[in-house]
Amino acid sequence: MMDIMEGSHAVSRAVTFCRPEVIAAYPITPQTHIVEALAEIVANCELDADYITVESEFSALSACLGASAAGSRVYSATTSQGLALMFEVCFNVAGMRFPVIMSIVNRALGAPLSIWNDHQDSISLRDSGWMQFYSEDNQEATDLHYLAYKVAEDHRILLPSFVCFDGFILSHTYEPVDMLTQEQVDSYLPPFKPYHRLDVKDPISFGMFASPDYYQEFRYANDQALHKAKEVIADYGREFGEMFGRDYSGLVESYRLDDADTAIIALGSICGTVKDAIDEMRDAGKKVGLLKIRAFRPFPGKEIAKALQGVSRVAVLDKNISLGSKGAACLEVKDALYGSQIPVLGYVLGLGGRDIRKKDIAAIVNNAEKGIGDMFYGLREEELK
Amino acid sequence: MALNLGCTAKPGKTRENKTGSWRVFKPEFIHENCTKCGMCKIVCPEGCILENEEDLPVPDYDYCKGCGLCAEECPAEAIEMKKEEK
Repeated sequence: MMDIMEGSHAVSRAVTFCRPEVIAAYPITPQTHIVEALAEIVANCELDADYITVESEFSALSACLGASAAGSRVYSATTSQGLALMFEVCFNVAGMRFPVIMSIVNRALGAPLSIWNDHQDSISLRDSGWMQFYSEDNQEATDLHYLAYKVAEDHRILLPSFVCFDGFILSHTYEPVDMLTQEQVDSYLPPFKPYHRLDVKDPISFGMFASPDYYQEFRYANDQALHKAKEVIADYGREFGEMFGRDYSGLVESYRLDDADTAIIALGSICGTVKDAIDEMRDAGKKVGLLKIRAFRPFPGKEIAKALQGVSRVAVLDKNISLGSKGAACLEVKDALYGSQIPVLGYVLGLGGRDIRKKDIAAIVNNAEKGIGDMFYGLREEELK
Repeated sequence: MALNLGCTAKPGKTRENKTGSWRVFKPEFIHENCTKCGMCKIVCPEGCILENEEDLPVPDYDYCKGCGLCAEECPAEAIEMKKEEK
């Protein structure tokens, strides 16, 4: 059924359908509407869950870690500085292999303080062992929660996952969303079966000490599980498509890429703008296409290399910057295409909520055609004198 | 040590994981000097000094981490710390 819903409320409704048993979250702009709505849903007995109000994001994710260890399906949501405060716990959740699902409503990190969108928060945690999905629109933002739970809880994977969607641009925007019903979600997502859990009758300790003789093997196992997740995402994404008509089998998704000279690579809501810009450029005779990265972790390097065979150049749009280096997606695409002779040009843009319009995409394509790249796009030069 | 998914451990795991591998210096007991005062047993933070049938101290090298407290406190100079060759 098609509903016109605010992005945050679409996500909180989707999360309700996933039947989490424990929710622990701390409100922070622009994530607040999600957890506010969930608190109301729990208070109205529409969802049988324990809603733990905590004093910080560190506690929120720690409570989720403990609840997951006790065998519950858990949920949290945060953004920006809130995610930064969870940094330590994120690594512990992944290392202990708890399938925690957390919405990241992407927002810039301070300083300077900004409440607006870019991808610096979740991208900065790309090495933590969590899966990372990025949503183009609110439909995808809701659907990816179902997919994330299903992949995360699979006993071949057992890893936590971020479901990222852009702060304000998606979270506070009303869009039509084809909301699944509780019955439909139940038919797709089975109840959580913990691999092992805390039980006084059968004691077990999680997150044990590992000496230098063994630590590296745990990290290897963690990495292997993330790589394995690629095929599990594809399988469950395909199953979702067969059941509900929206196929998420691809970790990447292409748009008018087949005969393209210039390929644009991007994550998140900017992909919608890029598609419109591509339509206009195609009408004007320019062969431009998009490759959207839906799953940034595990990183679909081979899939990207395959999809970009035959393009003359690649322009990577990054709403993040690894300061002192380049945008994260640009670096990884360069790695994926190493040895292919296809030039990869990175553009850092839209930081701290600066709007990216169709004309900006056209300008970037012009730059790429001239070989100008690996730069910040759209700097206010007059302010930098 | 089995690599359990999620870095988990069941009770009794230290029976398998011998922590004595941490040791750099190893206490060697010179029983001729020993007066059986029991000080080494009292100060050992790991409780890994046992007694043989003659009531003489015998270390459990599976868990002794070589801290050297026993040698430091021994009033009879009956314990020597020696660099261990591995």
